[in-house]
Amino acid sequence: MKILIKNGRIIDPRHGIDEKLDIYINGNIIERIDKHIGEKGGNVRVIDASRHIVSPGLIDVHTHLREPGYEYKETIKTGTMAAAKGGFTTVVCMANTDPVNDNKSVTEFIVKQSKLEGVCRVFPCGAITKGLKGEELSEMGEMYEAGIVAISDDGKSVKNAELLRKALEYARLFAIPAISHCEDEDLSKGYVHEGHASLLSGLEAIPSIAEEIIVKRDITIAEYVGSPIHLTHISTGGSVEAINKAKKQYRKITCDTCPHYFTLTDEATLTFDTNTKVNPPLRSKEDVAAIKEGLRNNTIDIIATDHAPHDFTSKDVEFNIATYGISGLETAFALSLSLVREGVLTLNELLKRFTVNPAKLLNLPYGELAPGKAADLIIFNPDKEWIVDKDKFQSKGKNTPFHGWKLKGKNLLTIVDGNIVYRDNTF
Amino acid sequence: MNWDKKDLLGIKELSKEEILLILNTADSFKDISKREIKKVPTLRGKTVITLFYEPSTRTRTSFEIAAKRLSADTINISASTSSYVKGETLKDTAKNLESMKPDAIIIRHSMPGAPHMLSKIVDSSVINGGDGAHEHPTQALLDLYTMREKKGKIDGLKIAIIGDIAHSRVARSNIFALKHFNTEIICSGPPTMIPPYLDSLGVRVEYDMNKAITNADVIMMLRIQKERGGISYIPSIKEYSTIYGLKKEHVKKAKKDVIIMHPGPMNRGVEITDEVADGPYSVILDQVENGVAVRMAILYLLIGREA
Repeated sequence: MKILIKNGRIIDPRHGIDEKLDIYINGNIIERIDKHIGEKGGNVRVIDASRHIVSPGLIDVHTHLREPGYEYKETIKTGTMAAAKGGFTTVVCMANTDPVNDNKSVTEFIVKQSKLEGVCRVFPCGAITKGLKGEELSEMGEMYEAGIVAISDDGKSVKNAELLRKALEYARLFAIPAISHCEDEDLSKGYVHEGHASLLSGLEAIPSIAEEIIVKRDITIAEYVGSPIHLTHISTGGSVEAINKAKKQYRKITCDTCPHYFTLTDEATLTFDTNTKVNPPLRSKEDVAAIKEGLRNNTIDIIATDHAPHDFTSKDVEFNIATYGISGLETAFALSLSLVREGVLTLNELLKRFTVNPAKLLNLPYGELAPGKAADLIIFNPDKEWIVDKDKFQSKGKNTPFHGWKLKGKNLLTIVDGNIVYRDNTF
Repeated sequence: MNWDKKDLLGIKELSKEEILLILNTADSFKDISKREIKKVPTLRGKTVITLFYEPSTRTRTSFEIAAKRLSADTINISASTSSYVKGETLKDTAKNLESMKPDAIIIRHSMPGAPHMLSKIVDSSVINGGDGAHEHPTQALLDLYTMREKKGKIDGLKIAIIGDIAHSRVARSNIFALKHFNTEIICSGPPTMIPPYLDSLGVRVEYDMNKAITNADVIMMLRIQKERGGISYIPSIKEYSTIYGLKKEHVKKAKKDVIIMHPGPMNRGVEITDEVADGPYSVILDQVENGVAVRMAILYLLIGREA
């Protein structure tokens, strides 16, 4: 199929483009980006993108697709449909499935199932340790051959520092990054952030140092062995400060945060709404300010979703026993666009954190618009207002604290590999 | 001042006027328990359920007596005899109870927010009988009632709360309530049992109990919440009782007319000695007595009046 996107404002941080141009897609690649491209020959689908922005498709380095094992929470099909709706053309799915993605047969299954049913690109992340138990290294070489692009025991930290050291060293063989979930499990026996709100609610709480201790530990280990480390879902001011400082003397550190960590504070948990229960927990307003500053000053390289879909029942219980997580793929980009209006980031800088930076971290040939490159792109309108309705989510996970919120900025069309996989009904 | 809330979930949600309304209403109910026939028809035809997922002697009995003296029918459900042990969720239990059309459900639960969840499911009035370390509003109200009764007023009082503040719903609810009045609140206990940011509630933290109780009008002793892991916050019970057990000689540091309070159950010989618990300054049994009147008032305000 041939697609001609006309009159859009093209923003591509990788190549420093920000101007009104046309894009011509032939098959699965971008053939031309230029002014006033005419339709040559027939059979060209023309899309008018005037008044809208065309950018590379977004890349999420942190998604839970739940398949295999938890298909009642999400499947590769529904998860990637949610991704496409949210503007993502590539997602990295975490290893905490059942069975855990700690060997090549599970990796192969995810890759195969994604080709069969996925509507966007899916790259699996392999477990660092077998069964995520933190005891023995998983067969990351075989998983690498099968298609993993990173390793992570996401959901917990590798408690044993010596084992993490070995994992970081061993992963260099394949030049894939380790994605570190930073949480000291002894310090984090709780459900919400330890602060004024937890004092009011009486909920057992997790202090910010539970994250910061592991941030510092993992940076120390990575720097010692000379391996890259990516710290995911950073949520505290102390973490931002530690990473900012460490980056000045060691370059192979990257990190991401998620929209809920710069949108909500721990005050949101005072209603006991289990959709506000997430790990790491929603932090104080000082932390939220520090996260924004970290995004502004380039300490935080990437915005990820930590899309954690759950079935209704596992959230429809007492706060303590509800599962952790927010279904985030369909709200992440719109929530992040508020950073542009607040003056925290320029649109170009925001898009960097969703496209070129994740592509660079994972060594993927996506996240850019250029002739000869894969036709993965989105058309969005940063000013279009809409109301979040969980019942209209593509994701099976309706667990969002943003239900009913009026957001500004909407993805209108998603193209993956030259195919239109999502089109907003107003566009 | 009219009462317009469906539930009593916490002190946090109450205004000073609402607190005073409950206390004043309790005044008019206190006499009933002293009559020969301790019963009035106020809640005739109403059904009150106590749904207790945590053990309780005082609170449940107090609510049951309060309801019965107002002629309501009462049903007690406790975790050990309920479908909870068969794996039924709180939500399903709530829906089932709701089908039987009770007028009020009093819930005690180990998890903060359980009453709030219940209140969203049922149309009945929900009364929080204690939810984890969050709130115990009726306890705080009976404590304030007792302070007012013994001291003639709440304004101007200096109140020392001693013990495991971090895990205490009684301390939280009392602080929320007392902050509506012109009071000086001092919290004391081992640093591990003083939650971070406690001073943000407008209370003073004083680790040294001797200093905390000096010139106090009210000393409120708390128990170590063994069921919430309280024991791991201190090296030993013995050491705790040495440092934070209230003994006769301590009481002398307080005001001459100090009152000693305790929400119960007491661990005699740990946070309080027999001498103090049973001594002349103790109002611990008055608290229990007042609990009935205060809970009668709450039931009356929630379900006793025609809409």
